Amino acid sequence: MIVVDDVSHRLGERLALDGVTVRFAEHRVGVIGANGSGKSTFARLLNGLVVPDSGRVTVDGLSTAREGREVRRKVGFVFTDPDAQIVMPTVGEDVAFGLRRSGLPKAEITLRVTDVLGRFGLDGFEDRPAHLLSGGEKQLLALCTVLVTEPAMLVCDEPTTLLDLRNARMIGALLAGLPQRLVLITHDLAMLADFDRVLVFDEGRLVVDDVPSHAVASYRELMG
Amino acid sequence: MTPAGLYHPGTTMLHRLPAGVKLAGLAAGITVVLLLDRRWLPAAGGGIGILYAAARIPPRLALAQVRPLLWFAVFLLVLQALLTDWQRAVSVVLTLVLGVALAGLVTLTTRVSAMLDVVEALLGPLGRFGVRPDRVGLVLALAVRGVPVIAGIAGTVRDAHRARGSTVAPWAVLVPVVVRVLRHADSLGDALAARGVDDER
Repeated sequence: MIVVDDVSHRLGERLALDGVTVRFAEHRVGVIGANGSGKSTFARLLNGLVVPDSGRVTVDGLSTAREGREVRRKVGFVFTDPDAQIVMPTVGEDVAFGLRRSGLPKAEITLRVTDVLGRFGLDGFEDRPAHLLSGGEKQLLALCTVLVTEPAMLVCDEPTTLLDLRNARMIGALLAGLPQRLVLITHDLAMLADFDRVLVFDEGRLVVDDVPSHAVASYRELMG
Repeated sequence: MTPAGLYHPGTTMLHRLPAGVKLAGLAAGITVVLLLDRRWLPAAGGGIGILYAAARIPPRLALAQVRPLLWFAVFLLVLQALLTDWQRAVSVVLTLVLGVALAGLVTLTTRVSAMLDVVEALLGPLGRFGVRPDRVGLVLALAVRGVPVIAGIAGTVRDAHRARGSTVAPWAVLVPVVVRVLRHADSLGDALAARGVDDER
């Protein structure tokens, strides 16, 4: 269960989130809103990347402010720009990077890396320079780097925004098939059709919390 | 193509040697090149060429390791020739090129993660003085990763200038490149925090 309780947060002078309260435990939750509506700040609350100025956030009972380390082990985060998530020069090393401090034997790390790359269509990519991958492959790599640590939940902040239609659909289908709980921040409203619940943000406030069809209709109305 | 200074996959003996052995060999090799009589430098160059061939590094990639030195090497050659004599100038430049070629061979045949393991093991004893070997390793990894990132950003900025019909003066490119590199650093910091790097205390 994610509990966001009366959370407000400022980014400089701007009130990014204004008294947001919501609880959810559904498998697929979508978050939509205009640029600057607070949805990315909301996403960052969920794995403790942002600690709110006021209010509290808990993930399965863990406080993101006091138990950030445990929360981040539980909640993986995928950013919009996959380039900014690549740390190591080759694909295999980048996926293994998240397990360097896990205490797992090297053979087990190699096995997990090979397995996750295989599941996402990147088998045989271990030695490829990560920066030479296509946009879609880079986002797949970003997903692998997060999923190799086996988080219970995944927060994706506009993971398809920089991708072409084919890659966006491919990433969307992969996300939909994940066993992990998923919180997806997106502008691609079609991706949310099968979701359990959709939250709509506007000017830092949670203005709609409903099933996808109603939430998307409200959002369209809100945007004029 | 693998850019200069990045791992080139392979299964040769040089690829399979432990990273620690290769780094020790690099230190020894550079020392030998520095101490070598100038008459033996061409032979040392031949030896390094054989090592590149043994590691099955394509000639173009081998040249890419020393190409960035070109203008500096020309400058050094002229300076040394003016200050000393041309034989001395050639040997100084050759020593520099051979040292860089050796270092290039090690980075081409060694995964960065393997080098990090060595660096972290070597710095381990400094942990009691507050040094974080994993952080030093991470900084080194990010430095290697930074090479293609900054090259890519510079390329994009140059293209943007060209697309608007501007002539590309270095100073005009510098500011947007620095701004974008700083932005990238911010995003990378967020990504590292999200991956729990800050939690490893």
